[in-house]
Formats: sequence, structure tokens, C-alpha cells
Amino acid sequence: MSNWIPLWLHKLSSPPTFYRFAGTLRPWAMALALVFGAIGLYGGLLLAPADYQQGDAYRIIFIHVPSAWMSMFIYAVMGMSAFVALVWRIKLAEVVAMQSAPIGAAFTFITLVTGSLWGKPMWGTWWTWDARLTSELVLLFLYLGVIGLYQAFEDRRQGARAAAFLAIIGIINVPIVHFSVNWWNTLHQGSTVNIFGHSKMSWDMLWPLLAMTLATKFYYAASLFRRTQTDLLSLESGKDWVRQIVNSEAGQ
Amino acid sequence: MNSVMHFLAMGGYADYVWPAYAVFFIVLIADNLAPRLRRSHLLRELRARQIRQSRRSGDNTLPTPPSS
Repeated sequence: MSNWIPLWLHKLSSPPTFYRFAGTLRPWAMALALVFGAIGLYGGLLLAPADYQQGDAYRIIFIHVPSAWMSMFIYAVMGMSAFVALVWRIKLAEVVAMQSAPIGAAFTFITLVTGSLWGKPMWGTWWTWDARLTSELVLLFLYLGVIGLYQAFEDRRQGARAAAFLAIIGIINVPIVHFSVNWWNTLHQGSTVNIFGHSKMSWDMLWPLLAMTLATKFYYAASLFRRTQTDLLSLESGKDWVRQIVNSEAGQ
Repeated sequence: MNSVMHFLAMGGYADYVWPAYAVFFIVLIADNLAPRLRRSHLLRELRARQIRQSRRSGDNTLPTPPSS
């Protein structure tokens, strides 16, 4: 009984098993992302009242903050998978780490652009070298560095290991992004939502934000599953299980 | 109609709120399409490779390639 979980994980890390597992969960993750996204956007854009200071401009929060959380969350997942990939040489961990990078880069880009669009009317500038903004930009460069390094190698597994090393070093930036608003007192405001304490936000603004947070989490799962499935097919292209899938799907 | 206009105006911040939402959706849709394209290219390539291999070995058990 005690080794049931490691055994299950070991089985799950085999590419054909994970391919089927991802294929089963992916549509559910995507459906949940769309449902929570629709609820969150309805609540955020139509039900939540305008802010007494920022008017309707604050509604950017419903995409900006969930995207910013995802930019850090995905980096943490990527960094941990990269660690597992380097220490235990598990192929699936390499794939999860490398396939997380473009999704993380997408959310980081969204965070920077929506933040800029929010900063212009509220702070009067599109960009400033504030600690939070700068560290988030560094996060984008880290993601792009991981993607670039991975693709610079002829041998894909060698590339994945080199990029995994960079991903692990870059983890140091995640707490810097998170605590930057406390460590340096510059322009970006402090955190409004607190998981373990009292959130400084009224409930009718908070619940759409939480719904959007769930939507982005499920979206990441769905996108990661799809990318991982494709990458496993490519990496294992000579194997029997891939031949079977190619035979049953390519004709459609 | 008036309430729709009021909603779209976003209290005067429409120029900032709507582009932000547009970027969010465009980037995520692109993120979603990229692996789909890669997958269909890959399947086509693997399929072609399997057919070449089966021809070389004189094995006719694979069905003919789809004409596309």
C-alpha cells in the first residue's frame, strides 16, 4: 500500500500512458477553463461595480492578475520539472518543462501588455523601471532564453537538459517578482489578494478574479496536455505505440 | 441599446480595457492553435514515413495514403 503512489507515478511517466492520460483529461480541463472563464468575465465586466478611484479601468485586473499569477506558477512548474529531469533523467519531466515554457511566456507577455495598458491611464506612463515591472520583464527573458536554448541544440534531449539548467537557475527570479512590491517601495501597488489572510477587496470584485484564476489554471493544464502529447509523438516517433496512433488518426 | 453603449464605453477607459482583453484572447488563441498545427504536420510526416518504410519492405498491410 505504501508504494502505491510511487508505482502509479512511475507508470504515469511512461510516454504511452501519459499520452492517454493527457488525452482523457484535456477536454475536461479545457471545458472547465471555458466555463470558469465565462463566469469570471461575466462577473468581472458586468456584475462587479466600478472602482471608486479607478472607475472602470480597474477591470483589467481580471485578466492582468490571473495572468501574472500564471507567469509565476508556470515558472515554478517548469523549474521543478527541470529539476526532476536533470536529477532523474525522466523524459516526461523534460517534455513537461520544455512545453511549459511557451505557455508561461504567453502569460508573461499578457501580464506586461495588460499592465502597460492599465498603467497608462492610472500612472500616466506605459512603462517605468519599477521593481515589479522589471523583474516581470526578466521573467519573460528567462522564458525566451529557455525556449531559445532548447531549440539551439541539434539533439533535442541535450537541448532540454541545457535549457532545464537555465530554468533552474532562473527560479531565483520568481520570489523576486513576488516580493518586489514589499522589498522596493516603487510604483506598482502591493498585493490586494491574500490567500492566508484578509483580502483587501470586496467580494463582488474578488469572486470574478478567483474564477478567472481557476480558468487560467485549467487553460494551462489543457494547453500543456496538448503540447506534451504532440511532443511525445515526435520524440517517440519510431516506437510501436506512436505507429498505432499515426495509423488510426492520420487518415481522418 | 443605451446600456450596451454605456458598457462598451467602460467609463471612458474603453481605449485601455478592450485592447487589454483583446491581447489576452489573441495570445491565448495563438497558444492554442500552435500545437494543433504542429500536431497535424507531425502526423502527416509520420504517416508518410510509415508508408515509405512499408513500401521498402514490400509490406502492403498499411492502407493507402489519404489524398490531400
